[in-house]
Amino acid sequence: MSGPSTYQPQSPWMKWLEQRLPIGNFVHSSFIAWPTPRNLNYWWTFGAILSMMLALQIITGIVLAMHYTPHVDMAFDSIERIVRDVNYGWLLRNMHAAGASMFFIAVYIHMFRGLYYGSYKAPREVLWILGVIIYLLMMATGFMGYVLPWGQMSFWGATVITNLFSAIPFVGDSIVTLLWGGYSVGNPTLNRFFSLHYLLPFVIVGVVVLHIWAVHVTGQNNPAGVEPKTEKDTVPFTPYATLKDVFGMSCFLIFFSWFIFYMPNYLGEADNYIPANPGVTPPHIVPEWYYLPFYAILRSIPDKLMGVVAMFGAIIVLLFLPWLDSSKVRSSRYRPLAKRFFWGFVVCCLVLGWLGSKPAEGIYTMLARVFTFFYFAYFLIVLPMLSRVEKTLPLPNSISEDVLNKGKVIGTTAASLFAVVLAGSMMFGGVQSAKAAEGGESPPSLSWSFAGPFGKYDRAQLQRGFKVYKEVCSACHSLKLLQYRNLAEPGGPGFTLDQAKAIAAEASIKDGPNDAGEMFERPGRLADTFHSPFPNEQAARAANGGAVPPDMSLLAKARSYPRGFPQFAFDLFTQFQEQGPNYIDALLQGYLDTPPEGFALPDGSYYNKWYPGHSIKMPPPISDGQVTYDDGSPQTVQQYAKDITSFLMWAAEPHLEARKRLGLQVMIFLIILSGLLYFTKRKVWSNAH
Amino acid sequence: MKGLWIVTTETSAEPTRRDFLYIATGAVAAVGAAATVWPFISQMNPDASTIAAGAPIEVDLTPIAEGQDIKVFWRGKPIYIMNRTKKQVEEARSVSLSALPDPQTDQDRTKEGYEQWLVVVGICTHLGCIPIAHEGLFDGFFCPCHGSQYDSSGRIRQGPAPANLPVPPYQFVSDTKIQIG
Repeated sequence: MSGPSTYQPQSPWMKWLEQRLPIGNFVHSSFIAWPTPRNLNYWWTFGAILSMMLALQIITGIVLAMHYTPHVDMAFDSIERIVRDVNYGWLLRNMHAAGASMFFIAVYIHMFRGLYYGSYKAPREVLWILGVIIYLLMMATGFMGYVLPWGQMSFWGATVITNLFSAIPFVGDSIVTLLWGGYSVGNPTLNRFFSLHYLLPFVIVGVVVLHIWAVHVTGQNNPAGVEPKTEKDTVPFTPYATLKDVFGMSCFLIFFSWFIFYMPNYLGEADNYIPANPGVTPPHIVPEWYYLPFYAILRSIPDKLMGVVAMFGAIIVLLFLPWLDSSKVRSSRYRPLAKRFFWGFVVCCLVLGWLGSKPAEGIYTMLARVFTFFYFAYFLIVLPMLSRVEKTLPLPNSISEDVLNKGKVIGTTAASLFAVVLAGSMMFGGVQSAKAAEGGESPPSLSWSFAGPFGKYDRAQLQRGFKVYKEVCSACHSLKLLQYRNLAEPGGPGFTLDQAKAIAAEASIKDGPNDAGEMFERPGRLADTFHSPFPNEQAARAANGGAVPPDMSLLAKARSYPRGFPQFAFDLFTQFQEQGPNYIDALLQGYLDTPPEGFALPDGSYYNKWYPGHSIKMPPPISDGQVTYDDGSPQTVQQYAKDITSFLMWAAEPHLEARKRLGLQVMIFLIILSGLLYFTKRKVWSNAH
Repeated sequence: MKGLWIVTTETSAEPTRRDFLYIATGAVAAVGAAATVWPFISQMNPDASTIAAGAPIEVDLTPIAEGQDIKVFWRGKPIYIMNRTKKQVEEARSVSLSALPDPQTDQDRTKEGYEQWLVVVGICTHLGCIPIAHEGLFDGFFCPCHGSQYDSSGRIRQGPAPANLPVPPYQFVSDTKIQIG
């Protein structure tokens, strides 16, 4: 596709360099003069978007690795330290976590584009295969990355996925032990996952280079599936495709920023805000959303080994696509039957994704089996058959003819994009109800001052909530991730530094050993944390009927409940994410003196309407009038619950206000930039005809 | 042949509306790029917990007898707190400034009313080793790495070190207690 060099360096420096390393000619011929089909639509911008996301993940990852500690005792806290203490740490973490999801959204769109337009067909088979390899590497990288925070889902997801390999006959158990580096998922596992997670993205870069090289050998496909014949069919890559790609990237960044700044936990699991506990399995283990379809396929096969084979097979089958589909017509635009089956396949993938989030029981198992069959049938039955029997529509003679005939392309592209976003958000939201909706009822949705795009903490409320914590909760509950100095930092309760020092000094901190080798008590300082009143976990259990009062630093983010259909889809747009605070507030007021008829309450426990299982070891912690408020607020349980919950939300996310503030600035900036890029793109493209 | 770069055949002397659009887009993009880079650089600065751990410390001076010294750590650096003998103080104050490679009076390096107390950062200003107290020709500090000699006021007298041992910020909160930092 590349002709003789048209690059003539002007400056003496470039002439000198070109004779020694012709990088100028390389860049010019590949990315500037490169003939690009002029009928590419916006589905073709996702290659550039993926390159941007890869670079972004690597850069944010390297920077996060400067602060992360890959040891089981320190990993979770090191990430919280990044979020709370490192300058812009909260931003970097959100970028990297949301970035992983964005990376997968883009790669799925990119892959579906390839499927629809036949980009995998000759002569682009190797291009496609390299793409599948990149996808596999992405899945490995994403899996290991999710283990690193060492939350409950990190640990148990690692346990489940590494255990998969025990299905391999004879050598399975040895392989699993080799992967673990021990007798179970533990510190050796975490350490090596960190090493590999750092390595694999650079392997991905290498394969991406091959992938881009491959597409430069064959040239890009295009929506008509007809190869360029004359110069009229193409435009130089720069500025035409460059600008279109940059505009696409800018719009994608708007979508990305929505998650970074406003819905950072929407695509994640609340349980991962609980530090890993090898002794307690969460009620519902789910992988991240981008693995869900394969998780559904895995669980649908009753045999352990065959389930693993089916799961990997679902990806391996993609490698054979160029030979399974032998239709000479590339683009589904001209394949009316294939087009319909394609959309059916898209629906099948979304349904499998939704099923992956459901418990593997009842009707879900049956449905998963049916849709797993559909998934494989699409590749192994439908596509081969269609190649033989389908009557395709007549192709346009050339790309330029196709462009001249186009009228409502933008409409259909936008419509299908909208449909994809809607369907996607349905699937994501369906995933949100991964925690089984047993009992049905949800805690009441209260109005919180920190909710919504312009939400802020109410300083007075935070101070009242702190008072409740100090006088009531701190008798049993620690806030290990909070230090006294946080009380005086901006965006919080707004104590002065001296007030924070005084509050610290009231506390007694065990320190030492001193020169005599003994531990001693001293008054607290600003850098001390709100430590547990108990010396260790066993003492905490002994004092509380066998249950340990959880540390509350992240409680407001670690608790959640399903929102149900279609509410979860609306939540993405309304920015609803206050499940945790609603739950805590409801729980504090949810005690019943006498349990309902027929409920067997164990001795030493109390009945609570909202606590999972209804039997809680914590006695009703607060009653009317227990805490004196100086500002005249009502001294009722209802008010206490509101105030302490707001305080706990701040404890879980001290930088909430900064996040939303910067979010507003970034969104406005990106909207302006996208607008400017759109008009620039249009101006430049107006010369292409 | 028309170069593949050129998107228009017009030439005009003044910037057109089209050029304004391009310039505006480029400028906005550049501002965005710069704003995006800043957090990645800023994150390398000491984070809030490191700054908090570097908060001022208080040191009780009562256990330090005359002629003795202790070493404490503040912000990761060793700090000598020396209770100097009268002889040491006189020696330090009788040195003429012209004999000092880094001229500084002892009065400038101690607090008024507490002249016997010397508080210096125990890092040799040559290449960073910790000098040994009560050693050397000047009854001060001796750095074993390359032989720098400091006097009883922590000032460099001989050897390759270019500057006196730095005095950290500190003040007396009482007669027997100092706060460093």
